Amino acid sequence: MSLAEPTTDAATEPRLAEQPRRRPGAFGRLLRSELRLVLGRRRAIVLLTGLALVPLLLGLVLFVTRDTALAGQGPGFIAQVTGNGLFLVVAALFLCMPFLLPLCIGIASGDAVAGEASTGTLRYLLVVPVGRSRLLLVKAIGALAFAAAAVAAIAVVGLVAGAALFGVQDITLLSGTTVPVGESVLRVLAVAAYVGLSMTGLVAVGLFFSTLTEVPVGAMAATVCVAIVSAVLDQLPQLSAIHPGLLTHHWLDFAELLRLQPDWAVLGQGLAIQLAWVAVFSSLAWARFTTADVSS
Amino acid sequence: MTVAPSRDEAAGVHPAALAAPADVADASVWAVRTEGLTKRFRSGQVAVDGIDLAVPRGAVYGFLGPNGSGKTTTIRMLLGLVQPTSGVAWLLGRRMPESAATVLPRVGALVEGPAFQPYLTGRANLARLEAADATADPRTARGRAEAALERVGLAAAAAKPYRQYSLGMKQRLGLAAALLRPRDLLVLDEPTNGLDPQGTREVRHLVRELAAAGTTVLVSSHLLTEIEQVCSHVGIMSRGRLLVQGERESLVAREAVRVRLLTRPADVAAATAVLRRLGLHDVVDEPAGAEGAPVTATVGDHDPAAVVAALVAEGVAVLGFGVERPSLEQMFVELTGEGFDVAR
Repeated sequence: MSLAEPTTDAATEPRLAEQPRRRPGAFGRLLRSELRLVLGRRRAIVLLTGLALVPLLLGLVLFVTRDTALAGQGPGFIAQVTGNGLFLVVAALFLCMPFLLPLCIGIASGDAVAGEASTGTLRYLLVVPVGRSRLLLVKAIGALAFAAAAVAAIAVVGLVAGAALFGVQDITLLSGTTVPVGESVLRVLAVAAYVGLSMTGLVAVGLFFSTLTEVPVGAMAATVCVAIVSAVLDQLPQLSAIHPGLLTHHWLDFAELLRLQPDWAVLGQGLAIQLAWVAVFSSLAWARFTTADVSS
Repeated sequence: MTVAPSRDEAAGVHPAALAAPADVADASVWAVRTEGLTKRFRSGQVAVDGIDLAVPRGAVYGFLGPNGSGKTTTIRMLLGLVQPTSGVAWLLGRRMPESAATVLPRVGALVEGPAFQPYLTGRANLARLEAADATADPRTARGRAEAALERVGLAAAAAKPYRQYSLGMKQRLGLAAALLRPRDLLVLDEPTNGLDPQGTREVRHLVRELAAAGTTVLVSSHLLTEIEQVCSHVGIMSRGRLLVQGERESLVAREAVRVRLLTRPADVAAATAVLRRLGLHDVVDEPAGAEGAPVTATVGDHDPAAVVAALVAEGVAVLGFGVERPSLEQMFVELTGEGFDVAR
């Protein structure tokens, strides 16, 4: 027997603090702090600036070359840009979609949990304590906010640069019909929204990889690889059976929104696929994160 | 000596805990309790091997052991970061990790060194932890953060980004985070790492101050001498096992306390006779040196002062006399047969 009775002397009597209670607005405080961290860090600002430069540079190049023989050449919607500034948004999104956008979003979502693990701050958040489900939710919202900011950066700069360089007119749709300016702007914004929602599946994949490792670069690379591999598989006609389920299969279907009568079924399918990827990978991320030993 | 030869005969069990098993969770008695806490990693390595930790409320518990002995893994299990393979842990009377949400706000922790967002300032890092604490009062957040920074001597550097901090400043910010609000229990894992001697003294002073205010402190270290002096209780880990634990004073076995007499070589025989007559054990006369002839013996229940008086009364020349108490470090070497700094 070696432990004495703990002291009960009045001066050293352990104080039993009142039972801690959750305070209202606690989730909002954590979320604001997370958003400031995710969107305020230098890397995020560099990435968003880079994305915003795409429509700006594209617009300038098209503006300078518009009277040359090269005018109107190029993939996607580039031919229409000089005629209508609104198409600069669409063309820029089209150019960023296969690689640049997934890269930036892979970096942000792959870093979400793994970044905290690698700096060791994850253990301190958990002992504050922040519940693991709550923390994962906040991290997911942070990564989604970055994805939204990335698409918005392209759309807003594209809209402003397009309007300044080429003016905004009624859009002549792919089907040949012309719609007025107001509706045209709405349709372009809908394109941006569809692109943003198309990124949610990738964000969930990134979040899952982020819970697997303490090396953020690994999670980022794996996330970007998923987007690339998906795009490659989508090119192989031999695999047409699995094409509808691929993460990237419906990414470019935003063009539907530029038809007089968009095929809502195609767009709905695109969003449903994203929803499925989000459901599967956020469940995996949750299952992993709420049970994993945090030894970083 | 309270050596725990096996898990079943764990040392230092509180009488209350023996009387009724339910009392292991009695928060007025125990700040930390574990029973058979074990962590086996997927690699098969057993990092923590069935330890029964008992930290009484109000204690300063020195959790000692070489690097790699399982201290940090134990602390991670106590805080709910790592799931035990088997065994149970109570923090302030609540089961962990199930009660993390209600218990951890009352626990300040420094786990395996400080870690903060490198690009945020010290102050912004504390604000982030404040924002994450669902039970903290946001109205007092700023004031409490400033007070914590002040308390660890970091107020002047609060506006600097964390990555510009020296190791000592980082450690201080970690302590400030643990002190953001009043705590019932502080778990400080290697709080003196990276600190210079002055910083180490400040940490010891801080621990004493907090303990005096009623906070239980569980402080781990691989440097015995750094924190030995502030601890009321001690537990020693080696290779995943808790070798001994209990009150620091009682840990050093009485049998190990020896008196050392320095006398003239001519008086050695008389001194030996006196000590034997008094009933001291293991009387040994050592080779005489320039300063005199040493005679040592286990003091047992005898009053060292009475021993000196008896020697003088018998005409033995007492050139020097002292009581030698083995340090925890010596005890550790005796228990494990290896040096304290040996990692596994």
